[in-house]
Amino acid sequence: MLTPRIFALLLLGMSYLPVAHADNLKEIVQLANSGQATQALERLDTHIRANPKDAQAIFTRGVILAEVGKRDEAIKSFVSVTEMHPNLPEPYNNLAVLYADQGQYDKAKKALETAIKTHPSYATAHENLGDVYARQASEAYDKALQLDNSNSRAQNKLSMIKGLFNGSYKPVIVGNKEQKPAEPAAKPAETAKPAEPAATPTPAAPAADSADPAVVAAVNAWAAAWASQNVDGYLASYASSFKTPKGEARSDWENLRRERISKPAKISVDLSNIKVKMDGDKARVSFQQSYRGGGLAQRTSKTLFMVNSGGKWLIEQEIADN
Amino acid sequence: MMHRLRLTLTLMLVAAAALPWNATAVDGRPFSSFASFNKFSPNYTENLLVRSLFDIGQGKLQPALNTINELLKLAPNFQLAHLVRGDLLMAYAKQPQAFASGVSSPERTKDFREEARVRIERYLDERPQRIPEPLWQLHDSQKYAIVIDTNRSRLFLYSNERGKLRYLADFYVTVGKNGAEKQTEGDKRTPVGVYYASSKLIQKLPDFYGYGAYPLNYPNEWDVRQGKNGSGIWLHGTPSNTYSRPPRASDGCVVMTNPDLKAIAPALSSGNTPVIITDNLTWQGDSDNAELQREALMQTLETWRKDWQSQDTDRYLSHYASEFFSSGNTDLNAWKAHKQRIQSRSDNVQVKLGNVDMYRYPSKSKAMAIVSFDQDYKSNLLSNKMRKRQYWVLENKRWKILYEGPA
Repeated sequence: MLTPRIFALLLLGMSYLPVAHADNLKEIVQLANSGQATQALERLDTHIRANPKDAQAIFTRGVILAEVGKRDEAIKSFVSVTEMHPNLPEPYNNLAVLYADQGQYDKAKKALETAIKTHPSYATAHENLGDVYARQASEAYDKALQLDNSNSRAQNKLSMIKGLFNGSYKPVIVGNKEQKPAEPAAKPAETAKPAEPAATPTPAAPAADSADPAVVAAVNAWAAAWASQNVDGYLASYASSFKTPKGEARSDWENLRRERISKPAKISVDLSNIKVKMDGDKARVSFQQSYRGGGLAQRTSKTLFMVNSGGKWLIEQEIADN
Repeated sequence: MMHRLRLTLTLMLVAAAALPWNATAVDGRPFSSFASFNKFSPNYTENLLVRSLFDIGQGKLQPALNTINELLKLAPNFQLAHLVRGDLLMAYAKQPQAFASGVSSPERTKDFREEARVRIERYLDERPQRIPEPLWQLHDSQKYAIVIDTNRSRLFLYSNERGKLRYLADFYVTVGKNGAEKQTEGDKRTPVGVYYASSKLIQKLPDFYGYGAYPLNYPNEWDVRQGKNGSGIWLHGTPSNTYSRPPRASDGCVVMTNPDLKAIAPALSSGNTPVIITDNLTWQGDSDNAELQREALMQTLETWRKDWQSQDTDRYLSHYASEFFSSGNTDLNAWKAHKQRIQSRSDNVQVKLGNVDMYRYPSKSKAMAIVSFDQDYKSNLLSNKMRKRQYWVLENKRWKILYEGPA
């Protein structure tokens, strides 16, 4: 949920760049999106050799490198963007994500603070700063309990960075942003004003061509209700034929969910990589789900089996695997 | 916004630790006790922890975090410090936590809470340098005495400078999982009584015991008499991956952090350091009655010596308690018969006592004391020097000998 907005902003925001470059970049991004990162990077390198001052291209290179796990190279790309444009918060933000992933929390914090200094209302940086502290806290708790979590932590870290970057090139459903009018930071940074239209993610573009947009909208509404702790709205997303996870009574399950959802002070739910498979009035929707709430950060692969019930898409079964 | 978060964290911490937390405690006194430590003091780490907690109490999150970071450099395996750091970082992450809520197991949370509580309470203690009531008298060659309060999870160390006791230091300790008053093997309790620590075990011990182990002479004569059993009550350190263990976690041993144990090692080197373990520590000067009991025992001991020396057998035997016991199933009647037989044949008896040490024996049911001395006995029949130990009990307001035997 964090980077797509930034990316879109950069992509469309740097209006002083020749249009041809932007088109070229769009193609490269599409290439990367279709899983051809190597080719995308090759084309980017060629492009950057010809346009060494193209900050947007270098930034894109950083994003793709980070996505394919070449963090050190990604860091170099972002650093060179910060050298060209010290006032842009986005490269600092992404640097911070990479530093945090390497466990260099002090560097990560410093980068985020730099981003916040130039753009005090930059929500992404604030949230990431919170994440860095939370991650440090989680490590501290593990040490307190003498948990040797090196294995599971490595996984956690990896999935976290995916959470930040995954779907970078795809618009992503943002769970709870709409419910938070008090969040002025949701607006993009001042310097990038022209980019504003692009800052609103378009509804998720699922992989399947024939996907019914209503299915995605229903999933979107489900996540939003969850994130805004609107329990009734959340429960209303489930069909009467819903199969409870452990076969328990619907009312028991509802009570449990009501408690889990109401309890945390704040919840965020972010979905990415949404894939829809249509089958008449049934649909199978799978995605990556990043949940944060009650001090818990969880990343889950989830599949929702949906049914079209009188024009409304409802959840019949929910399967999660970590 | 930040202010509210701080407040939440603080309140939760304070509530969780159930502290007598008030403005005086935070603003005044405890900080003066910090001043008495320097970086080389083994208690410096605890001092930093408590200072950090006090800072949190005052809403100073950044100083608290700085202090915790400094502390963790010195004691990287201090779990409680990691926990406090976690809570502080969660506050920065704008997700303030109740104390230790990052810890999923309620039992572990309780452990950490208790450790924080006892460590903080030490710093709220107004006069930590008082002399414990049970330390009635040390003799000149006893350079150190140790008193352990299982309730406070604390070990206090004193030096003896020509009969004058001086407070040296005190340390956090872990005692038995089920608390004090050991009765039986495997009850995971720490004994209450007066013991002597023998010198450091020389054999190679598992890492679990850390810096080393000093066995205590549990069960002593009185323990055995009461049918208490079990063995292997040691004073020992912590595993290399652990700075300190929860206040109640051992199988009955008294566990100190390795730096702390190392710090008191010189006091244990004599191999005969008195270690008084109590679950109800009081201080000298707290009670006039206790002071009178001590004076009475000192006088009675001298009367006993005189009565023995003068061979007034009836008066001598009147010093022995009805429940008297000695080694080899000797009871009061057997003791009387034996003494009457000897004393009828002895002449020119001289009894001298030297190097007397005397401690109140922690006991809930009756007032007791333990006395040891060098006894120099001479008569026409026998000349004998020995170190003797006596347990005394207050019977009808008079001190009587409950046990007598070689020390």
